[in-house]
Amino acid sequence: MAKIGIAVFPGSNCDRDVHHVLNKVLGVQADFIWHTKDHITGYEAMIIPGGFAFGDRLRAGIIAAYSPIMQEVKRMAKDGLPILGICNGFQILVESGLLPGALMMNDSLRFVCRWTEVEVKNNKTPFTSKFAPRQRFAIPVAHGEGRYVADNKILKELKKKNQIVLQYSNDDPNGSSDLIAAICSEEGNVMGMMPHPERASESVLAAEGAKNEAITIFRSLVSNLKPKAIA
Amino acid sequence: MGVLTKQELDYLEENLRRKANEIEQDIVGAEWSEHCSYKSSKKYLRLLPTKASSVVVGSGYDAGVLDVGDGYVLTVHIESHNHPSAVEPFGGAATGVGGVIRDIMSMGTRPIAVLDALRFAPITGKRKAVAKSKWLFKNVVKGIADYGNCIGIPTVGGEIEFDPSFEDYCLVDVASIGFGRKEDIVANQADVGDVVLLAGGSTGRDGIHGASFASKALEAENRSAIQIPDPFLEKLLLEATMEAVKQGCIKGIKDLGGGGLSCCLSETSDNLGKGFDVELTRVHARESDMTPNELMISESQERMLYVADKARLPALQSILDKYEIKHSVLGVVCEHQDLVVRHDGKVVAEMPSHLIAHAPPADRAIKRPSYLNKLRSVKQPKTPTNLGKVLLSLLSNPTIASKRWIYQQYDHEVGVRTVVKPGMGDAAVMRLDNRKFVAIKLDGNSKHCYLDPYLGTLGCLSEGCRNVICTGAEPVGMVDHLQFASPEDPEIYWTFTQAINAIVDYCKFMDLPVVGGKVSFYNETAKGPIKPSPVIGTLGLVQSASHITRPALSSGYSIFVVGQTVPEMGGSEYYEYIHNVIGGPVPNVDLRVDRQNGNVVQNLIKTGLATCVHDCSKGGLAVALAEMAIAGSTGFKVDLDSVPNSCMRTDDLLFSESHSRYIVGTKEPEKVCKVLSSAGVTFAKIGRAASTIEFAKGKKKLIKLTLKQLQTSFYSLGKVMQ
Repeated sequence: MAKIGIAVFPGSNCDRDVHHVLNKVLGVQADFIWHTKDHITGYEAMIIPGGFAFGDRLRAGIIAAYSPIMQEVKRMAKDGLPILGICNGFQILVESGLLPGALMMNDSLRFVCRWTEVEVKNNKTPFTSKFAPRQRFAIPVAHGEGRYVADNKILKELKKKNQIVLQYSNDDPNGSSDLIAAICSEEGNVMGMMPHPERASESVLAAEGAKNEAITIFRSLVSNLKPKAIA
Repeated sequence: MGVLTKQELDYLEENLRRKANEIEQDIVGAEWSEHCSYKSSKKYLRLLPTKASSVVVGSGYDAGVLDVGDGYVLTVHIESHNHPSAVEPFGGAATGVGGVIRDIMSMGTRPIAVLDALRFAPITGKRKAVAKSKWLFKNVVKGIADYGNCIGIPTVGGEIEFDPSFEDYCLVDVASIGFGRKEDIVANQADVGDVVLLAGGSTGRDGIHGASFASKALEAENRSAIQIPDPFLEKLLLEATMEAVKQGCIKGIKDLGGGGLSCCLSETSDNLGKGFDVELTRVHARESDMTPNELMISESQERMLYVADKARLPALQSILDKYEIKHSVLGVVCEHQDLVVRHDGKVVAEMPSHLIAHAPPADRAIKRPSYLNKLRSVKQPKTPTNLGKVLLSLLSNPTIASKRWIYQQYDHEVGVRTVVKPGMGDAAVMRLDNRKFVAIKLDGNSKHCYLDPYLGTLGCLSEGCRNVICTGAEPVGMVDHLQFASPEDPEIYWTFTQAINAIVDYCKFMDLPVVGGKVSFYNETAKGPIKPSPVIGTLGLVQSASHITRPALSSGYSIFVVGQTVPEMGGSEYYEYIHNVIGGPVPNVDLRVDRQNGNVVQNLIKTGLATCVHDCSKGGLAVALAEMAIAGSTGFKVDLDSVPNSCMRTDDLLFSESHSRYIVGTKEPEKVCKVLSSAGVTFAKIGRAASTIEFAKGKKKLIKLTLKQLQTSFYSLGKVMQ
């Protein structure tokens, strides 16, 4: 059976939440992989969860980008395996050069934790394939540095190559360029998103009036895993 | 600086049968500070009912432990960090969060939620103190947010009150609950030859004399007594501790808090009933020239003490190494019952641990304050002509207004347990692993407690129970945090004893155990004492997801009120915030009625008849209904003539804060009517959901407002803080 790896850095704090959704809600095998691991085999996808890796010191995600595990994540990305970075995981993917742009302090200059709504702009990625085109769904954010920023050239490229995957609908929590909530790599197999799908995957946790449609992120991922033959 | 009184030093030396050296005096001085020793309060704390079949470990340890069935336990603790926060609000509040989280870890459980109860001087109006209050408020919130968010424990609820008695000061109370398996609770038993290991942050010169600082009135800013927060290190300590607990590497554990190593070593040694022999040069210090005194009383943060047997020590060390946490073996557990402290091999202090850990009780005089009689009756304010405007004004009162500006800065969802989120219910409701849920809320009311500390405290307890009941829970335990000015003032001390009496009376009557608590004295500045401010934390258990209830009103609902409205206006937000009138009778709590009303509402929720429920507290009936309307984006039409009451005035009826009242919305009014009648409680159907907000008295329309008007007032805190 296909397995998903969850990268754990000192200071990751949504690792257990992602594991809960994959394992307890979807019944998928998922393992925690400590950041010092420099050789990873047997995993068909990697998730880099949210949190404060290395306490966000220097700059969110920058120290984690140099952890041994990230060399392996880069290799897996090159091999075409799905890599999903959530919140701090998105920051780490950007800092390690797997995704373009930067994540800056929210325009409110405050941490913001609340539910918002996003729209699917690209449903051809391994993380969004089970969404309808332009589907809107509710999902919470929780970040201090979630404002996606990139220069015009990058933004143009992102649009041209259909790399903007999710956009905040009308309720932008942080002032991101082009309302960007998630982007993917050119090939589509690496995605970073600021909102937390793991917090919106069960109906009991959904905010008043919202549903747990964000679980479709994980359902899409699971349906796109290619189980390798066991050697 | 000598921190022991002459009598205390005499008592110490009498027991030692010799002179105490300077280091010994510092060690004992830290432990015998009011903050650590409870020397003024112990006598009364013993009166609290702490036992129940569900209580695994009662108060007295780092945290109380409650059995929630299926092999799971909840741990709960509450702490304050008032003095440090008043000087350095960001660091003071942050380290307050750190301290209470370590208490939960120390039981072997994982913290799953943090709550905070905050008190400041007003942040609106023309007073000069407004700018400072706003600065304190803003930075306290940021301190709590930064620490909780980084460590990944959700801050899920709390309460906040603004009152002029907190000018130049603030109260920052932080509670945490933990969750775990019963078998993982650290047994805290040790054998001779076991090792004592210190892990975490290096010991520096921050927080020197912190406990003593907190045991005196805040006169001068003592910045060296303030600790520096490092949530990242605490997160590493948390994960390492959880891993070590799972692997069975820990026989005893205690966090380092007030009084540093002095308190931690003496209390742990005393609890274990075994002696310690420790070497101070092994402490990993931040500076090389620290004296033994400084090492013993430093309150540097993010430090834990572990006791492990020699065979399991390498396993524990390798876990700490994995997380790159510094650690050092300080010494060993001994046959004797002393705390032996060495520096470079030379014994620098040697005293019985029991003696250090048990300060001689301080006998405090008691006198009923003279101000109470004066404030019992006041001239009633004139009834305002526009009561709608009063309601809007109360909704924008920062004590009542939506706390969205605060809780959106807190990560309140990490951990995927937060079911009823901040602002969405009367208490936070967290998912447990056994299909049950825990409801938790903090409540305080300094205004009521000032005018009548007994009834005021009783009211906080009643409100706490109402809050968890409204979410669909049954109250299962309380924690208390008793905050007063100097216990050496007989009038202040009297108010403390009144609060204790109220907790004893309420909890005994309701059969609720007090599972933890804390006392904080000397909360005063040059401007004077704070108002008596007990804060009560209430825990409730929700047996099934279908019982979870919120206050949101919806169209088609009929609205009932349970309980009697009485003109008990003393200390109400209406008197104090609107009219600036301080005095009058505070709300009474009839224990029998309180229990009856609570039981019948629980029954309505469990049978699915009540679809939305909200308690009446600050701001009274009018504010409670307005909050339900805002929560559900639905208006209402209420006839005040049908509300059971003994008020002569309409404003009293609208804004009285009488206890034991609930508002219930239902789709089945006949059935609700039947249940309430047969329970024999005071109740009435008072109105129904509508598109706008309307209070009438018979045919006379009194208040007519739009939902939009309510929302604008209620969500105004963000603007105030801009």
